[in-house]
Amino acid sequence: MTASLSIQSVTQRYGTALALDAVSLDIAAGEFVVLLGPSGCGKTTLLNLIGGFAEPVSGRILIGGKDMAGVAPAQRPTTTVFQDYALFPHMTLADNVGFGLRMRGVARPERRAKAEEMLALVGLPGKALRRPHELSGGQRQRVALARALAVAPDVLLLDEPLGALDLKLRRAMQDELKEIQRRVGTTFVHVTHDQEEAMAVADRIVVMNAGKIADVGPPREVYLSPKSLFSAAFMGEINQIAVRDGQSALGALVPGTGTLLIRPEAIGLNGALPLGLCRVEDVAFFGTHVRAHVTPLKAPGTRLTVHLAQTLSVEPGAVLDLAATDHLMLEEE
Amino acid sequence: MRLLSWAYLAAAYAFVFLPVVVLVVFSFQDGRLPVPPFQGFSLQWYDKILGNGALMTALWHSALVAFVSSALALVMGFLAAHALARVRLPGSVLLRGLLIAPMTVSYLIIALGLLTTFNQAGISLSLWTAGIGHVVINLPLCFAIAYAAMGDHQKNAERAARDLGATEAQVLWHVSAPMLAPALAAAFFLSVTFSWDEFIIAFLLTRFDVTLPVEIWSMLRSGLSPATNAVGSLVFLVSVSAVVLMEIFLFRRPK
Amino acid sequence: MSLHAAERKLGWGLLAPALLWTLAFFVLPFLAMLALSFAHMEGRAIVQGFDPGNYIRAFTDWSQLKALINSVEITVTVTVISVVLAWPLAAIIAWRVPQRFQRLALLMAVLPFWTSYVVRSYSWLLVLGKNGVINKALMGTGLISEPLALASTRTATVIGFVHFFVMLLTLTIYANLIQLSPNYARAAQDLGAGDWATFVHVILPLTLPGVITGAFVTFVLCIGDYITPQILGGNAELTLPQLIMLQMGRSGNFPMASALSVVLMAVVTLAYAACSRWLRLDRL
Ligand SMILES: Nc1ncnc2c1ncn2[C@@H]1O[C@H](COP(=O)(O)OP(=O)(O)OP(=O)(O)O)[C@@H](O)[C@H]1O
Ligand SMILES: [Mg+2]
Repeated sequence: MTASLSIQSVTQRYGTALALDAVSLDIAAGEFVVLLGPSGCGKTTLLNLIGGFAEPVSGRILIGGKDMAGVAPAQRPTTTVFQDYALFPHMTLADNVGFGLRMRGVARPERRAKAEEMLALVGLPGKALRRPHELSGGQRQRVALARALAVAPDVLLLDEPLGALDLKLRRAMQDELKEIQRRVGTTFVHVTHDQEEAMAVADRIVVMNAGKIADVGPPREVYLSPKSLFSAAFMGEINQIAVRDGQSALGALVPGTGTLLIRPEAIGLNGALPLGLCRVEDVAFFGTHVRAHVTPLKAPGTRLTVHLAQTLSVEPGAVLDLAATDHLMLEEE
Repeated sequence: MRLLSWAYLAAAYAFVFLPVVVLVVFSFQDGRLPVPPFQGFSLQWYDKILGNGALMTALWHSALVAFVSSALALVMGFLAAHALARVRLPGSVLLRGLLIAPMTVSYLIIALGLLTTFNQAGISLSLWTAGIGHVVINLPLCFAIAYAAMGDHQKNAERAARDLGATEAQVLWHVSAPMLAPALAAAFFLSVTFSWDEFIIAFLLTRFDVTLPVEIWSMLRSGLSPATNAVGSLVFLVSVSAVVLMEIFLFRRPK
Repeated sequence: MSLHAAERKLGWGLLAPALLWTLAFFVLPFLAMLALSFAHMEGRAIVQGFDPGNYIRAFTDWSQLKALINSVEITVTVTVISVVLAWPLAAIIAWRVPQRFQRLALLMAVLPFWTSYVVRSYSWLLVLGKNGVINKALMGTGLISEPLALASTRTATVIGFVHFFVMLLTLTIYANLIQLSPNYARAAQDLGAGDWATFVHVILPLTLPGVITGAFVTFVLCIGDYITPQILGGNAELTLPQLIMLQMGRSGNFPMASALSVVLMAVVTLAYAACSRWLRLDRL
């Protein structure tokens, strides 16, 4: 099952601190949306409001067009995958996964069948009688997912579900998560502060900063044409060059006043936007590319980060004629 | 230093065990006084106390009031702890203080207050009035233990249960209580121990249906007797067995 | 109804039984007792009123005041001795006894805890009495010719109390000690502290909250106990609980008993105020 979600100018306060500042967001049914942002920006707060664990100071939350004000978590068509999984330690996996159905009065055999089915879906067939403490972190994560999906929620909320996993497992799980979402078709709202994870799974990324939405869009759009300096920097390394009336430290590159943004991988030996001669300061081999810091000869105070082709071998001290294939100009308001 | 430590340990154990050993040894005294010299081994005093109807009734009363009052205290304490740990209520610090407060007040004062109140309200004294007093002293204990055991882990599991559609009663029954089982069992066990052994409240708040400590107290009035030793030794044996069983089944549970 | 309101209502509902019980059978009786302490006796009848006479008597009538002084003296003595004896015992169990025997050592150290409280005091009578084990042993070896008067003295009361509270304090101090990371001591020694300096500047301050909490509990239980002084101390010198029981039992003077109880509570409150800075009652 699936439903759309509408967040309408929701504000949340803790004491005098503003955790969410009039946040509005519409999410289509079946969409996989990722809330991305640094620690303390209000992601969990927003998720808790959707799940019904707290109520906003002002604003409305609609799921499938229905206002959720005053509806308890148990009555909402949402379920949550918690960061620490919150599996019930005293129950078997089957009982954990079947818990939601039990609360809905489903008979035991039916519950058991559904639990087996969900465990198989998340890649844990035949482990129904194990207990949570017998599982690895990744397996617990899957059980938490199975438990939340077993009641066929319209909206699944995931609070840093992969946060406790090591990097390799995280990359494997994020692919699986995407695959499972495609199969069940439920609306997923997923919180993370790992932008790679966000890009791997999201249909749309919502970049948050200090209780506000800094940017929204598909991964490509948020990465390549960010609407704010914050989201540009948060989505990955980026070179920022101040421009004033068409002039910058590197000379006349683009018209206007604001910040010129160039991703390190957009800089190379060929390109439409010439950056001039640059001296290589240091070089590190990264496998997929060579990462280097360079200083333009025209502007000794500026340092650019560039990702050069893996095959290019350069030494510190070398001078290269660099250009950018792609850039973005954020005009000052 | 090392030697000194072991010497100290030995001395401490000797001090701790001295009265108990004397108690048990002279419960087997073949004579009328539980003091040296030891006149020979006899089970006559055990025979005597097991045939003492008043004593056995008192024992039954003690067990009854201990279990019933502890169960009541545990349920109320657990529910209150759950409420104060979960829900942000106005004045929750004050409420917590109020619930813990009886712990810092002497049993004698609690008994005296209740006695005054029961007298004024015209409630006649019985085993139940003593039971009320025992709930008063055990409630803070059960509350404090349950409250301290409710960590974040527990909180999150309860949230997950609620999220999956559990009503509050279902959360309590299926998640909170089973997860807290060891702490709740410990609280219950401690309460039973305290109530079972409690003297002054039972002394002041019962009239005819007295409990075991009160009955032992009245035995003391007739002076030293190996019969008292025998009762004490029996109580000791039962309690220690209970402790050992608890130790094995509750605290040694494989993880 | 908003979620908050619903949640709050539920919270109050869950809290209600415990709260009502405490109000009805603890707060209300205390208030009743407080009111009664301002009443006075006329013959055998209690006359309600606002008469501070009982309190004035408690502090001016020497026989009453003496009981208060006795109680405080005995309690302070017991608390100090118990802490001083229990600390090394707990430390030896925590640091010298091998890990897997620690639980056993601890259980053994508190074993007599499981005899009945009344019987435990009584069994000290068997040890300290005129014909008790100690006197018989000493006379047997010819060290003394006349039995020592050990029972029915303050010393007997103190010994009985110390026996009980050493067990209690060993438990609390041990719990405190094993929570200390050994790295504290290592860090201190690493920075040049000797054994004694490590103990005084690092270990002792770190266990202070636990010790103070245990000492406070000892104080509260000790000053309010009737059994031990009654059995072991006899009637030669009364403590406050004994006096309270006497007022109630012999003369039926509930107002005076109530006033003395309030005084007893006031003493405990003073003790609480004195060490509240370190107390962790929720951490027992
Ligand atoms: N219960 C609370 N009481 C007071 N302040 C809170 C509470 N919960 C959150 N906050 C504050 O609200 C802000 C947003 O918190 P939130 O937990 O939503 O952040 P987050 O984006 O989830 O961060 P993280 O990535 O670290 O989980 C933070 O500044 C936090 O300090
Ligand atoms: Mg968070």
